Amino acid sequence: MFLSERRRGQLAALSIAAVVIIVGVPLWWRTTETYRAWLPVSQIKELAKLQLQLSADVEVVFARGTVTPEQQKKVPLTQTQEEERAIDGDLIILFLILLIRNTKLESKFFSCHVLFLPEDTALSESPCGSLVVYVIPESSSLLPEDVNVYIGQRRTALLRIGPQMRVGKTLEQLLAHLEPRIKQVLQVMSFSHNDITAALSDRVRFSPDNKESIADSMRAFKSSPGYEITFSLLNPDPKSHRLHWDIEGAVQTYIQPLLTKLSPVANFSIDSQTLYYTMLGVNPRFDTSRSAYTLNADSLAHVINPVEARLGSNAASSNPVLNFLLYVPDAQHSPLYIQGRKKQEVPSNAFHSPRWGGIMVYNVNGFYGSEPEFPVDINIDMAKVMGVFLAQLRLLLGVQSSTPPPGFLVARCGSTGLADWELDRLMWSRSVENVATATTTITSLAQLLDQIGNIVINDNIAQQVSSAVTSLQLAVAELEAGNLGFALQYSKEAILASEKAFFDPSLLHLLYFPDDQKFAIYIPLFLPMCVPILLSLLKIVSEARQRLEC
Amino acid sequence: QEFSCQIWGIFFLKKTFKGNLRNYWNFLPEGFINTQLFTRFLSRISQDSAGQFFSSGHTNNWAVLVCTSRFWFNYRHVANTLSVYRSVKRLGIPDSHIVLMLADDMACNHRNPKPATVFSHKNMELNVYGDDVEVDYRGYEVTVENFLRVLTGRLPPSTPRSKRLLSDDRSNILIYLTGHGGNGFLKFQDSEEISNVELADAFEQMWQKRRYNELLFIIDTCQGASMYERFYSPNLMALASSQVGEDSLSHQPDLAIGVHLMDRYTFYLLEFLEDIHPASKANMNDLFKVCPKSQCVSTPGHRTDLFLRDPGSVLITDFFGSVRKVEITTEAIDLTDPIKEVEERPANGDVHKEMHSYVDQLPVSEIIHQKPKQKDWHPPDGFILGLWTLILLVFFQTYGVKHLRHIF
Repeated sequence: MFLSERRRGQLAALSIAAVVIIVGVPLWWRTTETYRAWLPVSQIKELAKLQLQLSADVEVVFARGTVTPEQQKKVPLTQTQEEERAIDGDLIILFLILLIRNTKLESKFFSCHVLFLPEDTALSESPCGSLVVYVIPESSSLLPEDVNVYIGQRRTALLRIGPQMRVGKTLEQLLAHLEPRIKQVLQVMSFSHNDITAALSDRVRFSPDNKESIADSMRAFKSSPGYEITFSLLNPDPKSHRLHWDIEGAVQTYIQPLLTKLSPVANFSIDSQTLYYTMLGVNPRFDTSRSAYTLNADSLAHVINPVEARLGSNAASSNPVLNFLLYVPDAQHSPLYIQGRKKQEVPSNAFHSPRWGGIMVYNVNGFYGSEPEFPVDINIDMAKVMGVFLAQLRLLLGVQSSTPPPGFLVARCGSTGLADWELDRLMWSRSVENVATATTTITSLAQLLDQIGNIVINDNIAQQVSSAVTSLQLAVAELEAGNLGFALQYSKEAILASEKAFFDPSLLHLLYFPDDQKFAIYIPLFLPMCVPILLSLLKIVSEARQRLEC
Repeated sequence: QEFSCQIWGIFFLKKTFKGNLRNYWNFLPEGFINTQLFTRFLSRISQDSAGQFFSSGHTNNWAVLVCTSRFWFNYRHVANTLSVYRSVKRLGIPDSHIVLMLADDMACNHRNPKPATVFSHKNMELNVYGDDVEVDYRGYEVTVENFLRVLTGRLPPSTPRSKRLLSDDRSNILIYLTGHGGNGFLKFQDSEEISNVELADAFEQMWQKRRYNELLFIIDTCQGASMYERFYSPNLMALASSQVGEDSLSHQPDLAIGVHLMDRYTFYLLEFLEDIHPASKANMNDLFKVCPKSQCVSTPGHRTDLFLRDPGSVLITDFFGSVRKVEITTEAIDLTDPIKEVEERPANGDVHKEMHSYVDQLPVSEIIHQKPKQKDWHPPDGFILGLWTLILLVFFQTYGVKHLRHIF
């Protein structure tokens, strides 16, 4: 049948409009969509609350003379203590201390008067994160007079009962007396409120009570999966000194044990170099009272920069670099000593810079013979040098040596340079720091991707985010259970995955599309097409209305 | 064209202001608590005579210096950037902590009458292109994308260390941009531009990842103040050479080189910085006074509301120099074990040294006295073949085959 001209025109307009609306608009929408893979946003929000629970196992052993046999039977086997602290209002950390009380009356270990702890006599090896506290009677002569607590190299401590417990008191009083003291020991050996707050300094700018904690937090390197250590020997005067240092052997003997012990925390790579004709950049002053050249503390700050330009770095990795420099002064300026701020002597003759490294000045004028013939062959005493560098390395890596409370005696760390409980301390703070950093990264990434609708989220990013979330949840669970080793491992995996997701090169929101620019692009395309359709639809509507009126 | 750009600018300002306000409120609680804690922190600090260690809170310094324009007549922008580079290096920041991006090479430009130099003073007094300039991004590598990648850290894994900004939460960063700009944008390489919103977002991402402790942003372009209007992250201080609607002017031309050598703001900034030495105690208030309107013709501006410390207590060397904090090492560990022998080496004496010979990479004597080599004959390759086929085709088409008899 023949449709009239007008009718055909109306049908054409209507069908074109239908095609545009039903087929065209959805097609355009789908083809201009950006691919965004699914992210576990709800789990991320849950993690962002950051409710951590840290628990440490403490085993308490009562020596003979502390409890009577009747009391021994009544000592409860386990007891838990909880402490809740809120930091900055939005996260709560519970310190959960499980005290497994064990009453072994072994006293043969305590018969000798030498200050060797039973750890040397092959007791059970305490697992990572736990402690053993031996309670000894007040009259015991194992500890010196004014010392109440002795902290050993492994994870053990000796605690002396106070004088008020001398006469036979009840068990409850004894336990009540011991609890705060054991908590104090735990704060020194495992973690304390200040340590955890310092580890969270990413999220919180805290106001600490003492200057030491600020200095500690600024000095130690942030948690990183790897570090590079460079030992450099600076010889500004090769004409006078021919220096030999057995760096490979020294590193193998002195530094490597510490780094092997720290391998759960991070990977380390070591290299060494010798630099000739590199001066310090600061003129030392001659001090007639000591007949030596001195560098005072204020000028030390300007020493590092001219030297740093000469030090290379490993271009292959982005890990933080720790530089340890050994400077042998030239013959005209020997001997060279460093003075403290109050002009006092510095026995180690070394200084360090936070988050950079350390410099030691090694004077060799004592090695000249009676008739020195330049150049003089000098063998550097690596044990002394490495002793200083090891101490600086400990400080820079965050093994805090803050002063212990009064009445505490801390055993000197062994030849590895790190006591077991110091390692545990580092692992606690690193785990918390890693968990907090990974959580912040993931949360800000989710927020960023949410805000900017134009970024493409690839599958690999979504997978990294999911694996980061899983690792974080596992790390938090392990911290709660008290398995420090696993917690640290999961937290490291979480950090790696979250950093990879956050710093993925494809996430660059390069082009900012303000709405008016979007209009400017689409109007020339769609307007010429839509205007005839719109006008003909309007004409149809007006004609239909006219027909209705007539 | 400028007029229409301004219209667009106002339009999207209205549309996106709400979004940015939302961002601001999201961060307000955290920032608010931080400010409270920090002011308590600061008051305690001012009571202690703790010295410089605690006053600034940074342990290392970084600098990102960018020149965004190319072509010979933009010589002054390269000279600007290089003079800031020179000051920053002189005050102590090493090359490994400087990311220098120059969009064009002026020192080795064909039109440079004094090659390998870039001067900043008329009469060629100061060559800022010295012996040890290390340019990290050069020529066409200076793009908006690369600049934002450097700032946010989203570089491909193959990027070398010298091209990365490896700052941490205790780094003070100086960012210097120069080139041609307008209201709300900065032109890169004559083909693209970066807007102030993108820049503000990039800084926010840096803050989220704690990639800086404090950041000083200096921009020397026309209408430079528009570039810092949109910042909303904490601890940012910004300086610009001109306000919105004003042009930054160049300083003086050099008749021998033929172009303007420096921009006014950076010229006076360089003069100011030449008086600073690493132990100097000049502070930011002095920096704000650099290049008043009488010298600069434009009005320099600055923004300090996002900065937590008082600008009068911020030293110039906190950003332009690199004054390290040092502590005396008071302890040493007593090591008594003797050094273990490293066992891989064969026991004394038998060290095999490889004989190395000098490989002559450029045998000059052979080159100079070269005899012409006998070249083997090859059949003609594709192009010649095609060309002759074409010629023959046309020939046969024109003349036809049967006429060939007359030719041969």
